[in-house]
Parts: sequence; structure tokens; C-alpha cells
Amino acid sequence: MTWFAAVVHGILLGGFYALLASGLALLFGVMRIINLAHGSLALVGAYMSFLLVEHTGMSTYLTLLPVLPGALIVGYLLQRTMLERSLRAGQLVPLLTTFGLLIVIANLLQKFFSPDVHSLDEGAIGTAAWQATSSLAIPWFDVLTLGIAVAVLGGLHLVLRHTQLGRELRATASDADTAELLGVNSRAVYARAAAIAVATAALAGVFYGMRTGFDPNQGGAELLYAFEAVVIGGLGSLWGTLGGGIVLGVSQEIGAQINPEYFALGGHVVFLAVLVGRSMAQASRIRYALRRLA
Amino acid sequence: MSESAVAAPVARDFRVQRWSWVSVLFAGGLAGIVTVLAFGPVLLGENTQNNLIQLYFLMIMAMMWNALAGYGGLVSVGQQGFIGLGAYAAVFFSVQHGLNPYMSMLLGTLVAGAVAIPIAAVVLWLRNGAFAIATWVVAEVFSILVSLDPNPAIGGGTGTSALLPFNLRYDPTHRLHYTYWAALGAVAVFLLLLFVLLRSRLGGSLQAIRDDEEAAASVGVRVLLGKGVLFVVAGMGCAAAGTVILAWQLSVLPIGPDSIFGINWTARMIFMVLVGGIGTFEGPIIGAVVLYVLQTYVSISGIWYFVMLGGIAIGFALLLPRGIWGTIQERFNVQLLPVGYRLRTGDGR
Repeated sequence: MTWFAAVVHGILLGGFYALLASGLALLFGVMRIINLAHGSLALVGAYMSFLLVEHTGMSTYLTLLPVLPGALIVGYLLQRTMLERSLRAGQLVPLLTTFGLLIVIANLLQKFFSPDVHSLDEGAIGTAAWQATSSLAIPWFDVLTLGIAVAVLGGLHLVLRHTQLGRELRATASDADTAELLGVNSRAVYARAAAIAVATAALAGVFYGMRTGFDPNQGGAELLYAFEAVVIGGLGSLWGTLGGGIVLGVSQEIGAQINPEYFALGGHVVFLAVLVGRSMAQASRIRYALRRLA
Repeated sequence: MSESAVAAPVARDFRVQRWSWVSVLFAGGLAGIVTVLAFGPVLLGENTQNNLIQLYFLMIMAMMWNALAGYGGLVSVGQQGFIGLGAYAAVFFSVQHGLNPYMSMLLGTLVAGAVAIPIAAVVLWLRNGAFAIATWVVAEVFSILVSLDPNPAIGGGTGTSALLPFNLRYDPTHRLHYTYWAALGAVAVFLLLLFVLLRSRLGGSLQAIRDDEEAAASVGVRVLLGKGVLFVVAGMGCAAAGTVILAWQLSVLPIGPDSIFGINWTARMIFMVLVGGIGTFEGPIIGAVVLYVLQTYVSISGIWYFVMLGGIAIGFALLLPRGIWGTIQERFNVQLLPVGYRLRTGDGR
């Protein structure tokens, strides 16, 4: 029964990873870049929420009202000042600049908020749980997180399918030059995608802060989980990201079930196993193609 | 008039040149510098030797990261995994099995090279961002496995010490001398190894891969082999740097951004390579000197130090993407260590 509980908790945890990974997947889908500072931007969202709670005493959920629009602006400016130039400079440069940003953010957060662990209050829902069976309690907060993740991914899906912005995003993603010829301003489209991506990062960051304590150096670790979710889910696919998040969450919980210290390891091992499986499939495809040529 | 301007260069004979008098002079000079530096323990004070050891391991790291990114087009965010692996393998041989610590450093480097082979087979299928993430995950796995190792000499999040094997055999002065020589020797060996590698057939194919992987593959370049050799050499180089760090500070931590498996090493590597000049042979050496001067002579607290490192790296990536040496090279057409070819016309221009 505890194994069953581990799987259920893993699925719920996967919801959080999908939420964190959604912006990453969007940005990769549109621009083919991976923003290594995504997890750090999520942490910035958590710290901004923390500041607002400290100074105004408002509920953590209400802090989303100023934090999310702020994140939209940050994302827009980030694209216009840094990512746009990086993209023009080649495929590798965005990795280098966003890695630089990750280091800058982690250390600035440490400077201004100390390396101590902070946390955000999740309200009454934080302690409430549904006692499904005698050995399985489902925390409502985790259900809420999974629900938000599905809502964000569904919202992104609808925007991409049915709005003018979505059509422009898809057109730019498949061929930016041709989209330009047809009157799409690809720079503006990229900037809006980056704005949305950073806003989802900040949202995930606030939820992360409510789930567990956070410190300035966690951006990297959490980011790694989000990356793994995106890669397992098949780079850039929105619903694949949800699946990837769930696979990762379940692997971690099962790892922790074997030994509490194997939590992170469980996820990493499954991620690497997926990579090995894919590389073997690729190798056999290549061998097959070679045999047909010969 | 216009006819002669167009026709004249065509009429001249071309020759392909590798060595120029500048590069002959410089390569000779470099060999001389290394020889002089080898007398460091006799000529220099303890402080200077300690500082130079830092410069040496930074140089190795920068060269290795540049070999991957600048020549293989592989941005690794996980070379700290090999730095830590080398250091911990050296702990394993020296503390656990009582081998000579310097022999253990050599063995640690070789072990990391052996470990790099299967890892290369998995991660080299990936491109760009996915490769970067996969290397980072591998580094995390190394770090977790080491910290969970039940062996008391290795495991535990509080780190491990190699004080005993060094101090049992050497007094502090001799230890410093031998560590200095080991570090300098590692720089020389990996500098030479990369130089030979990049001048060989493989060097040409690597640059073809970096410029256009599909095109290179289509004309028969063995893409995975070339990248694999680079990955294994870079893993060994970083492991060698890690063993030098162990010998220099005598204790290492497994977990955290500042640990031996820490992401801060990658921050330093990216800084050195971007500032010096990515994809140039000489650039990382210059970048290492810049970083060394910054951390030795600019007193700046740890937090601001990394803010500055990240900020300068971003600035160079966007504003001066060829770095210091790449820019100089472009302007003056010099190459101090000839890994490439230059086309010269008959009249020497």
C-alpha cells in the first residue's frame, strides 16, 4: 500500500514539475532555446512573494496579483535585452548567457536574502488532506498544484491553437523568416513568449515556496527537475511535459520509498535511462538506414 | 586598372602555411616558460607557488571546457562532475588503499577517463541544451553517489580529507613542491595533448563538426568518434584538475555550489573561455590568467565575485563573442600556437 501511496504522491509531485517546466517547454518550442535561468527566475518569483507577504501581510495567493504581471514585464525585457541578442549570435550563446544569468541571480538572492531557508504560507489548505485510505492521505495543496499545472498547460494549449498570438507563435516557431514575410513581427512574438514563460516560472516559484522551504541555491536543482520533465516528455511538447513531470515525480517517490536518500537519484536514473533508450533507438535506426543503403 | 586589381592576386602562387615565425618563436618561448616554471619550487616563495597551483588548475579546466565548446560545439554544464570524480577517486586510492597520493592522482585521472567513455555514449547523441542538461544531471548523480557512499573514507555530506596520506609521506614543504610539479606537469601534458589532437586529422574533422554537423557527417566525418575523443580527454583533464585541487586544499566537499562537485566550477570555466576567446587555442590560457589576477588581486567578497563572473561572461558573450584573443587574432591575423592552417600568397601577404 505504501508503494501505491508513493505512486500517487509522485503523480501529484509531477504536477508541480509540469508547472515549473511549462514555460521552459514553451520557450524551447518557440525559439529552440533552453533557458538555464528558468529555475532561478522561479525562485525570484518566490522571493518577491515573500517580500510582499513580509511587508503587507497579505495572503500568499494575493501576492500573485502583482508578482505575475511583474514577471511578464521581466520576461519581456529579458528577451529584448539579452535573449534576442543571444539568439542572433548562434545556437550555443543562449546557453552561455542564461547560465551566466543563473549564477548572477543565485548570488544576488544570496546577497539580499541571506543563504537561509525561507518559506511561504500556503494558508488553511496547507494542512488539509483527504484521507483516501488508511495509509494514503492526499494533501489538497498538491491537488491544487496539479490542477493549476493542468490549467496552465491547457491555457497555453488553447492560446496556441485558437488565438492570433498562438497562430503567430506557431508560424514563427516553424519558420521565422517566412512568418516575417507574411507580416508577423517575430521579435514581438518571441518577447511575448518569453514574457509568458517567465510568468509561469514565477507562478511555479510561488507554489514551490508554499510546498517547501527555499534558499538561493535551489534554482539549479529545481531547474534540473523541470529540464528532466521536458526532456522525458519529448522536448517542447506541452502535454508531453505533463507526462514527463509525472514520470519524474513517480520515479523520485519510488526512489525515496526504497531509501529516503534516493529521492533525487531515482529521478536522475530514470532520466538517464530514458536517454539511453532513445540513443539505442537512434543507433538502431541509423544501422537500419545503413543496411538499406548497402 | 580594375582588371589588374582583380587579376593580380589570382596570378600569385598560394601556399598553405602552418607555422609562421611568430608561432615558432612562441612555441619555443612557451616551452622555455614551462621549463623555467619547473624551477618554481627553487626560485619562488611558498605564496607564489600556492598561487601558481591555482592558476594551473584553472588553466586545465579552461582548456578542457574550450575543447568541448569551442572545438566540439558541446556546451557542458557538468564538467564539475569529472573534477569531483577525479578528486574522490584519488581519495579512494590514497586514503582507502594507502597508495602514494601522487600516484593516486594519476590513477584518479585515468579512472575518470574510463568513466567518461560510457557516459559519452549516452550524452553525445544530444544536442545543445539537452546535452548541457544531461551533463549536469550526470554531475549531480556523481555527487549524490559519492555523498551516499557507505565507505567512511569517501561518503558523508560533510566531505573528506586527504591530509593523512599526504602528511604521512611528505613534510609540508615537499608536499607543496610535488603538488606544484604535478599541477605544472598536468598543464603541460594536456596542453600538448590538445595541441597534437587538434593538429591531427581529428582536429580538422572536429572543426567541420562544430561548423555544420550534418554537412560534416555527409562528407564522411565520423562525428561521434570525434566528439567522443574530446569528451573523454576533457573528462580526464577536469579530473586531473580535481586531483590537483585535492592535493592543494587537502579536503573536499561533495554537495553544494562551492563544493568539488559544485556548479561554480562551470561558472569559472565559462568565464575563462568566453573572456579569453572561445574556439581559439590560446584564449583559455589568457582567460585563466585574467580570472587568476581577478581573484588574487581584486579583493571582492565571494557573492559579488560570482555576480561579477556571471555578468562579465554575459557581457563577453553578447558584446565581444570572440573574446580577448579571438578579437586580437581577427585584427592582426596572428596565431601563436599553430593548430589551424593559413593561406599565404607568394609575396608574403
